[in-house]
Amino acid sequence: MEEKKNFTVSVYTENNIGLLNRISAIFLKRHINIESMTVSKSEIENVHRFTFVVEVPETLIRKVVGQLEKQIEVIRAFYHTEDEIIYHETALFKIASTHLYDEKIQDKLKFRRAHIIAITERYFVIEASGLKEDINRMYEKLKPFGLLQFVRSGRIAITRPKMAISELLAEIN
Amino acid sequence: METLKKDIQKGITEKTVRMTGAEAVIKCLLAEGVDLAYGYPGGAIMPIYDEIYKYQDQFHHVLTRHEQGATHAAQGFARVTGKPGIVFATSGPGATNLVTGIADAQIDSTPLVCITGQVGSHLLGSDAFQETDIIGISTPVTKWNHQITKASEIPEVFAKAFYIAKSGRPGPVLIDITKDAQFEEFDFSYKKCEKIRSYRAIPKLNIDKVKEAAKLINSAKKPFIVWGQGVIIGGAEQEFKNFIEKTDIPSASTALGLSAIETKHPLNVGMVGMHGNYAPNVLTNSCDVLIAIGMRFDDRVTGNLETYAKQAKVIHFDIDPAEIDKNVITDVAVVADVKESLVEIMQYVHKTEHKEWMNEFHKLYDVEMKAVINDQLNPTKDGLTMGEVIEGINKETKGDAIMVSDVGQHQMFACRYADFIKTRSNVTSGGLGTMGFALPASIGAKMGAPDREVVAIIGDGGYQMTCNELGTILQTKVPVKIVVLNNSYLGMVRQWQELFFDKRYASTEMVSPDFVKLAGAYDIEAVRVSKREDLAAAIKTMIASKESYFMEVIIEQEDNVFPMIPTGASVSDIRLS
Repeated sequence: MEEKKNFTVSVYTENNIGLLNRISAIFLKRHINIESMTVSKSEIENVHRFTFVVEVPETLIRKVVGQLEKQIEVIRAFYHTEDEIIYHETALFKIASTHLYDEKIQDKLKFRRAHIIAITERYFVIEASGLKEDINRMYEKLKPFGLLQFVRSGRIAITRPKMAISELLAEIN
Repeated sequence: METLKKDIQKGITEKTVRMTGAEAVIKCLLAEGVDLAYGYPGGAIMPIYDEIYKYQDQFHHVLTRHEQGATHAAQGFARVTGKPGIVFATSGPGATNLVTGIADAQIDSTPLVCITGQVGSHLLGSDAFQETDIIGISTPVTKWNHQITKASEIPEVFAKAFYIAKSGRPGPVLIDITKDAQFEEFDFSYKKCEKIRSYRAIPKLNIDKVKEAAKLINSAKKPFIVWGQGVIIGGAEQEFKNFIEKTDIPSASTALGLSAIETKHPLNVGMVGMHGNYAPNVLTNSCDVLIAIGMRFDDRVTGNLETYAKQAKVIHFDIDPAEIDKNVITDVAVVADVKESLVEIMQYVHKTEHKEWMNEFHKLYDVEMKAVINDQLNPTKDGLTMGEVIEGINKETKGDAIMVSDVGQHQMFACRYADFIKTRSNVTSGGLGTMGFALPASIGAKMGAPDREVVAIIGDGGYQMTCNELGTILQTKVPVKIVVLNNSYLGMVRQWQELFFDKRYASTEMVSPDFVKLAGAYDIEAVRVSKREDLAAAIKTMIASKESYFMEVIIEQEDNVFPMIPTGASVSDIRLS
């Protein structure tokens, strides 16, 4: 069995209703679990960018990316390993305010990208951002205090290699 | 008015005319050169049907008996003409009934443009009467789909739909139009679509890859070609023949590639795959260079991938980059239009001879002849065989007929034994294996090629899935010849039960109605043949008939299709019995 790896898949598309359905159907057909997904505008006007994180063997992701690119409204699709990208994730932790002045929690907040973004009578909210592992660590540290709610964002990623979408579009136009 | 008509024929209507969305749909189809559609009316598509009525002098609509029948008829039309087949259906059940045919067209790369009515846009998402999310349902089985909620979107979406369905690797598209968009008036003008920025229909040919491929071919001692439907879709039949004749390479077809060159061409060594010929399957694992042209290494072709042509260098010609390395890892991939690639490579390949290598195919053909073919074509047992029926049809039509087959044993016999002399003559459901395909597909095939004989070969099981389309034959008087090979079993499944499930015939025995009477009820002349001595005369009468004709042949009950590659086995472990 080929080793599974984390891949970040970037898909540049037209901005069309229903495209997410078409894209996710390709992951579904291959029984691939999407670990996280982010949709946003890209650097090019009217071009959207999907960012997926999946854990699969490389031969499989290569085939999936081929099938993604085959969709009419997909402009280009890429896959990258962790060392080919600069990425970021964010998480929010809601904790009962009884712990607000707990020194142990204050200690945890020394982590460089965590801070309190809201305080009320009953709870306070900590925002943490960084790599996947940073968030995982923060989660483990805060869990003992009782998490009222926890949510983490999809991955946003910038690739080290060039993606040349503008050039591609210019060539077609 | 006259110039407007001319412009419409050319596909351009720059001049703006005020009309409803429903009328615009017909205008778009006329502009794309379409004058025939299959379908079934209903509430949400009534405004469009009203326009079909008004335009009946220019536009012909065939009412099928079920929407699935409409898709298969459109597929039959598309497969024999190369043009997109057009389907109309209403919302809800009308739309969902299209799904099987669309999925079949998707996997067999058949161009279809399906148009469904939808509830009014203000009702979308409210679980209205006959509302179904056909965009969501059809997404995984269409090349592209789109929902129209405003009449003004119609021209652009239709132009795009036709471009996508026809170009590159063809496929089905679906357009869903809300009822209010059909009623709405707008200023219509039409311009054909020539490009879509996110879609490259035909990848640019890389000459270096062509040279690399030619180098491998020139150095090969035992080259072997497997071609598929891509050769037919790409209109490259002549270029393909030129290529194999210059290089003298034994060539085998996939089921869908059949008829691209004549069956009796000296370099045609038959069909590959699960029930293909013995020689090409066995020798796949002996060749030194395997050249795949316009085919996709389906599992029914390759058997176990772990043991498929491992000794060979693999060259893959295909228009679809997603097919490269999907199932079989290639050494050289030529991703482009097949015709262009074959014309180009002719400059670089040497004129060669491969007599000894070809002899190996002949030797194994003799083995198959003795073990399998002879018993089929010249049987000594009492019961009739499917092979001798196909051979009888060959004799009467001289290979000139379009054979439309359904799915099962009879399909494999039709593919194995039909004698083709013209391209686009084998219409069958390959990738999806849709029982019930043949009868409606034969209707579309005959309408697409009215000057050719169209013979539908169907089993007793598949026939009963869509024999309601006899009503369409009755109403349109389309003269198709229907052959039902009746062994009172779901024969292919029964064969597997015999070989792999200790003869436990679970739900494969089939009691059927009197098919001759059934055909009679639809005013179709019919005959039942159960004795060998009656077969030839019955086929002669059927083929001579100017009208539709039905022939049921009672077949030996427990006959099997051989050779056979059992699931999971290697192509070279193909069984002769």
